Amino acid sequence: MRKTSQLSPEDRNIRIYETLFSWILKFFSVLVVATLVGILATILIQALPSFRDAGINFYTGKSWDPVFKHFSATPFVVGTLATTVLALLISIPFSLSIALFSGFYLHPGRITSTIRLLIDLLAGIPSVIYGFWGLSIVVPAVRQFELFSGRVPYGVGIFTAALILSIMIVPYAASIGRDVIALVPSDLKEAGLALGATPYEVVRWIVMPYSKAGLLSGILLSFGRAIGETMAVTMVIGNANKIPGSIFDPANTISSIIANEFAEATDPIYVSHLIHMGLILFITTTAIGLFGRRVIKKWSSH
Amino acid sequence: MNKQILEISNLSVSIGNDTIIDNISMDFHWKKITTILGPSGCGKTTLIRCINRMHELIPHARVSGSILLFKKNIYEMNPILVRREIGMVFQRPNPFPTMSIYDNVIAGYKLNGIKLGSAEKDNIVETSLCRAGLWSEVKDALHRRGAFLSGGQQQRLCIARALAMKPRILLLDEPTSALDPKSTGHIEDLVSELKESVTIIMVTHNIRQASRISDFTAFLSKGELVEYGSTEKLFTVPEDKRTEEYLSRSAG
Amino acid sequence: MPSVSKRLATDLLFKGVLGLATVILFIPLIMILYYIIVNGAGAISWAFLTSLPKPPGEIGSGIGNAIVGSAILICIACTISVPIGVGVGVFLSEKPTHTIAKMVRICLEILQGIPSIVIGIISYLWVVLPMGGFSALSGGIALSLMMLPLVIRSTEETLKLIPQSLKEASLGLGVPYYRTMTKIIIPAGRPGISTGIILGISRVAGETAPLLFTAFGNPFLTFNIMKPVNSLPSLIYNYATSPYSDWQQAAWGASLVLILFLFTLSLIARTISTR
Ligand SMILES: Nc1ncnc2c1ncn2[C@@H]1O[C@H](COP(=O)(O)OP(=O)(O)O)[C@@H](O)[C@H]1O
Ligand SMILES: [Mg+2]
Repeated sequence: MRKTSQLSPEDRNIRIYETLFSWILKFFSVLVVATLVGILATILIQALPSFRDAGINFYTGKSWDPVFKHFSATPFVVGTLATTVLALLISIPFSLSIALFSGFYLHPGRITSTIRLLIDLLAGIPSVIYGFWGLSIVVPAVRQFELFSGRVPYGVGIFTAALILSIMIVPYAASIGRDVIALVPSDLKEAGLALGATPYEVVRWIVMPYSKAGLLSGILLSFGRAIGETMAVTMVIGNANKIPGSIFDPANTISSIIANEFAEATDPIYVSHLIHMGLILFITTTAIGLFGRRVIKKWSSH
Repeated sequence: MNKQILEISNLSVSIGNDTIIDNISMDFHWKKITTILGPSGCGKTTLIRCINRMHELIPHARVSGSILLFKKNIYEMNPILVRREIGMVFQRPNPFPTMSIYDNVIAGYKLNGIKLGSAEKDNIVETSLCRAGLWSEVKDALHRRGAFLSGGQQQRLCIARALAMKPRILLLDEPTSALDPKSTGHIEDLVSELKESVTIIMVTHNIRQASRISDFTAFLSKGELVEYGSTEKLFTVPEDKRTEEYLSRSAG
Repeated sequence: MPSVSKRLATDLLFKGVLGLATVILFIPLIMILYYIIVNGAGAISWAFLTSLPKPPGEIGSGIGNAIVGSAILICIACTISVPIGVGVGVFLSEKPTHTIAKMVRICLEILQGIPSIVIGIISYLWVVLPMGGFSALSGGIALSLMMLPLVIRSTEETLKLIPQSLKEASLGLGVPYYRTMTKIIIPAGRPGISTGIILGISRVAGETAPLLFTAFGNPFLTFNIMKPVNSLPSLIYNYATSPYSDWQQAAWGASLVLILFLFTLSLIARTISTR
C-alpha cells in the first residue's frame, strides 16, 4: 500500500489515544463533581457530632465557652448579621452611585474606564491588607471617636469591621449594579428623555423601577459575599465571644471564630462545633448565591 | 478505465427528526470532475461531508447506507485514514492563522506526527504549491503567515494543504462562493488541471460553473438525487422535469 | 408641576451627589495605597527580600521565606488546577449538553461561592489530618480549589469563540481529534486561557484564610512541600496583629511586595488579552 509508509508510529494506536483523551477529559469533569459532593459530605459528616452534642441549643443558646463546653453559635450569628447588614447599609449608596454614574450617566469613555480601573484595583487588594490598614488607621480613628462620644474606647468592634467590609464589597456590588442598570432597554430611557424628563427623572421613574428586582438580588449577592469574608473582619472585630450589646462592641463573626480557634481546637467535639459553623456559612452563602443569580438571570432574560 | 473508486449506496442522513439526504446511490468516476448541483439547503454539503465522515461533527446526525472506497466501507475504517485518502476544501478559506504558508502546506504531516526530512518537506511544499498554482506568487514569502494573502490565494493555499497529503479524492464544497470572479476563474482552471491526478467531487450552486468544468453532474433537490449523468447530457437533454426547471430558471 | 429650573437643579444636584460618592469611595483606596507605598518603601531592601525573619528587636529581619513559600504554594495550586481546569474547560466547550457537563456547571457555581475559610477547613480535613501535620501541599490544594473554577470558566469561554472552521480544517486533513484539540484548538486559545490562569493566580496569591490551618506558616525557609511554609499573606497577618513595631514595619514591606506582584499580574493579563 502506498499509504502505509506515511503512517506515523502513533497512527496504529489512534483508537487508544482517542479513547484515552476523551476518558481523561471525562475523568477530570467527574472529579470536579466528586470534589464538590465530597466537600459537602465531609462537612456534613464532620458536623454530625456537634448536632448530636448540642442539638437545638446550638442555635438557641447564648454563649460560646470552650472551657466550660458551652457551644452556641448565637453570638457569631448575631455578630455576622450585625456586621454584614451594617456594612451593606454603608456601602449601598456608594455602590449604587457608581453603578448609576458609570452605567447610566457617563458614556463609555476615559472617565468610565478610569472608574473601572480604580474599582478593579480596589477589588484586587487582598483581604489581609484591608485588615492591616484597618488596624493601623481605622481602629485608632474609631477609638478617638469613641473617646469623644463617651464610649469604651475599644477601637476594634462591629462598627470598625463593617466600615472596612463596606469598602471591600463595593467593587462586587457596583459591578453587579452596573450590569443590571446597563440592561435597562435604551428605548425606554430614550422615551423618557424624549418626553422632556431630566436624567434624574429618568433614573427615578424609569431606570430604578425597571431594575428593582435586579438591584435587590445584587444586594442579596453582596450580602452573601460579605458573610464569607474572613481576614479583614477577623483582624478588626475584636474577637469577643459574646452577644454584642451595641455596634461599637467587640464581637466575632462565624468566619472569624473559625479563623481564630480552628487551628487551636484540640478536643474533637470542639472541632466539630467549629465545622458545624462552617456548614452554616457554606449553606447560607451557597443558597444566597444560587438564588440571587437565578433571580438576576430570570430578570435579565425577559 | 473506470475503476470503482467510490460507490455510495442507499445513503440516508437525518439530523434530529429531519431527513436531510434521502436514500441516495451513486458511483463516482476515476480521475474525472463530478459536480453536485442543487438549490441552497438541498443537502449538498451534508452529502459530501458524509464522504469523508466530516458529518460526524454535526450533533444528532444519523447515517444509514454505505460508502465504499476501493470496495472498502469507509464507515468501517478509521475516519482518520478515510480523511487522508479523501481531502477536503471548505466553502470559506480556513488556513491555520498562526502558521506560516510553509507550515500550512505541511500541516497535515506535522499535526499527524509524521516525521519528514527537510529536503522532503521542501519538496512537498513546492510540489503542492505548484499544483495549486500558488508557487510563483508566494515562493518568496513562504515563512510569513498567510494573513496577507487574498481570499482566492488563501483558498488555493487550502487546496495545496489538502494536496500535500496526496489524497486520491478531493472534495470541494463551493470553493469559490466566497471569492471574486477573477479568483473564481483561477480556481476553476486549477481544478480542471488537477483531474489529471485526483478524482474531484465539487459542490456548487452555480450552473455555469458546473457546465464549464465538470465531466459529470448530479442534481440534488430536497435531499433526493434527481438526476445524475454526463454533464453534457444533463445540460442538453435532462430527463427529469425538476432538472429542466432548475436549469432554465437559474440560467435565465 | 415644578418649574423647569427647579427640575434641572434637582438633576444637577443628583448628578453631583453621585459624582461625590464616587470620589469619596476612592479616598480609602488612595489612603491604602499611600500607606503601603510610604511605609513599605522604607522597609524594602535587597536584604529584606532575601533574609529570614528574626525575633522582634533584632535587625536584618526579612521575608525571603515568605516569598519562596508563596511561590511554592502558587506552583502547587497551578500544577493541580491548570491541567484539570483546561481539561474540564475543553470538555464543557466540546460537549456543552452532556449530562456530566450540566452537573459540572452547577458544581462550579457552588464551588466558586464557597467561602475561603471553608476551603481551608476542607483541606485540613482531607490533607492535614491524614498527613499528620500542616504542609505546603495542603495549602496548595486549598488554593487550587479556589483557582479551579476560574481556569475552567476562562478555558470554556475562550474555546467557545474559536471558529469551527479551524477544527474542520484540521480534522479534514485526517488529524485525529485529540491531536486537533491539543495541537490546534488549545494553542489557538492560549491567550485567553493564560489570562484566566493569571487571574486565577492573582485571586489566590493574596488569600490568607485558606492557609491558616493548612500551610500554617513557618519562620524558617523550606522547600519541602510536606512541611509547613510561610507565605506573604500569612506573614502580613502574623506581623500586622503583633504588637512589635518592627514587625509591623516588615508587614508594610510585605504588603508592598504582594501588591506589586498582584498589579504586575493584572498588567500582564491586560496586555495578553488586548493583544
Ligand atoms: N448542523 C445542522 N443541524 C441541523 N440541521 C442542519 C445542520 N446542517 C445542515 N442542516 C440542514 O440540512 C439541510 C441541508 O443542508 P446543507 O447540506 O448545508 O445544504 P446545502 O449545502 O445544499 O446548502 C438544510 O435544510 C439544513 O437546514
Ligand atoms: Mg452548503
